[in-house]
Amino acid sequence: MTAPAEDLRHAYWRTTVAAAWSGLIAAFNANKTSWVGLVLFLAVCTIAVLAPWIAPYDPVDQSILYRLKPPTAEHWMGTDYYGRDILSRLIWGARISLVIGLLAIGAAMIIGSLIGLIAGYYGGRADILIMQTMDVLLAFPSLILGLIVVAMLGPSITNLVIAIALTAIPPFARIARAPTMTVKEREFVEAGRSLGYSDIRLMLGHILPNILPEILVMGSLWLATAIRVEASLAFIGLGVAPPTATWGGMIREGFENILDSFWLALFPSLAILIVVFALNLLGDGLRDAIDPKLRGEQ
Amino acid sequence: MSGFVLRRLGFAVVTLFAVLTIVFFIVRILPGDPAMVILGDQASMEAIEQLRARLGLDRPLPVQYLEFMAGVLTGDWGTSMVSGRPVIQEILKVLPATLELTFVSLILGAVIGVPLGVWSAVRRNRLPDYVTRLASLLGLSFPAFVSAVLLLLVFAIQLNWFPVISSGQGTTFGERMRDLALPAINLGLIMAAYITRVSRSSMLEVLGQDYVRTARAKGIEFATIIWRHCLRNSMIPVVTVVGLYLGILIGNSVLTEIVFNRPGLGKLIVGALNQRDYTMLQGMMVIYTFIVVAVNLLTDLTYGLIDPRVKYK
Repeated sequence: MTAPAEDLRHAYWRTTVAAAWSGLIAAFNANKTSWVGLVLFLAVCTIAVLAPWIAPYDPVDQSILYRLKPPTAEHWMGTDYYGRDILSRLIWGARISLVIGLLAIGAAMIIGSLIGLIAGYYGGRADILIMQTMDVLLAFPSLILGLIVVAMLGPSITNLVIAIALTAIPPFARIARAPTMTVKEREFVEAGRSLGYSDIRLMLGHILPNILPEILVMGSLWLATAIRVEASLAFIGLGVAPPTATWGGMIREGFENILDSFWLALFPSLAILIVVFALNLLGDGLRDAIDPKLRGEQ
Repeated sequence: MSGFVLRRLGFAVVTLFAVLTIVFFIVRILPGDPAMVILGDQASMEAIEQLRARLGLDRPLPVQYLEFMAGVLTGDWGTSMVSGRPVIQEILKVLPATLELTFVSLILGAVIGVPLGVWSAVRRNRLPDYVTRLASLLGLSFPAFVSAVLLLLVFAIQLNWFPVISSGQGTTFGERMRDLALPAINLGLIMAAYITRVSRSSMLEVLGQDYVRTARAKGIEFATIIWRHCLRNSMIPVVTVVGLYLGILIGNSVLTEIVFNRPGLGKLIVGALNQRDYTMLQGMMVIYTFIVVAVNLLTDLTYGLIDPRVKYK
């Protein structure tokens, strides 16, 4: 590369990509609730990672003598119908929720963003066709779609990831498309084009870094939805098969004994609520802060 | 006006065909063969072939597609593999219960959500705003079955104010309302959380407009400006979003019906899943498609009513 191109690249990073990212960081600093959300979420992630070391009991170890015991010093959250320790199942269940949620949203983010980039970059008929399809998919209830897909494929971690990812692709396509349409008109993209850069290079190397903050913020909000959908499917009976501990599955089992042993359903309910709320706090604060329409509101 | 309605109607028909096509392919291209799913792994090849023939799965895909479409449009949605009755009859039997629940919840959500959102916007960045925003964020973080379980624990089991199982079969109005109360509160509060947030942001946008400043400069009372000038303008995005959140509302209604053991589409779909009633599942997707397309059409037409400018676009 010659020197002018080198300069151009630096100027480009300084004015566009760096600006977009520093906006995100500034949004973070200005928004205390986002911090609360992030800390809560990271705490749950840490618990999930450390599950084998911090869970007091084996999550699938049954003990007939300790069935349906209320919370005690030995079992802080009591035991379930099979005498399994609820706290341990909760800690291990966090892994399932997070792994399925992160993989599904990761996949949806990549596929959806690419679809949106292509639609926004090329425009025209392809754009209309792609976005019309996305809108139709978006209108279809994600829980029902997930339900059918899992019912046909069978409940396993992979299939749950596929089902949830499918329902989350359209929103990412939408989010990626709108800024692509504005960013592609900017001078630096024009400059890149005049230097003979390929469409793919412009899209992935120049437009994507600019719209990534927005995509990541939506990612945190959709991760919340993904975790909620996974739990809902497990509650309906389409989660990862028992005896593996999943939060939705624990509520399903606890619901059968709700009249005399309410803690079975209560603790996993709170766990789901905390994670989803944390992610919503995180994403919502950031979205307000980076949304140009609402900027300056804080 | 009629041009606008016709255009939206045409678009709805196209969408209907598109989604029905997607439904058709989802049921067929997914790796699980319905016949094998229904009969299980131990089934003999002949049995599977027989069932495939009965379901029409042995015919070429284009033929199946035409038959499926013709069936859907003429009201022949196949017969349930479990009960042997026509799918459309089974669905129509429980549809009113689901519609009743979602409709009442939607009204409840709007009645709570719109005033809260307006209040929050007017008191922006003050205590009522912070509290409302946090509460609504918490509300939309609730998976519907979690809030349903909590409501059931508190109001039906601990306080015994409502029946634990809402049969949905009450004959008198009072009984029906008692059955409906907890499920509708559950769905309605979640909807209220969504509606509060959209109402707030939409109201904020309207409050920044020039005509609001003009009205205030003219000395019109603030409350009058809010209710007469701002509300109508800010309701357009709210109506759109309610249409967009229909998917969430439907998903939540399924979960609510399961927890409260209320008859409706939710119980039907779960029953169909457990019994591998494949024709019923396909029928459920068709009815959801019809509902989604119909509501989208209604929301489109509603903006036309709220905002006369939309019609000319």
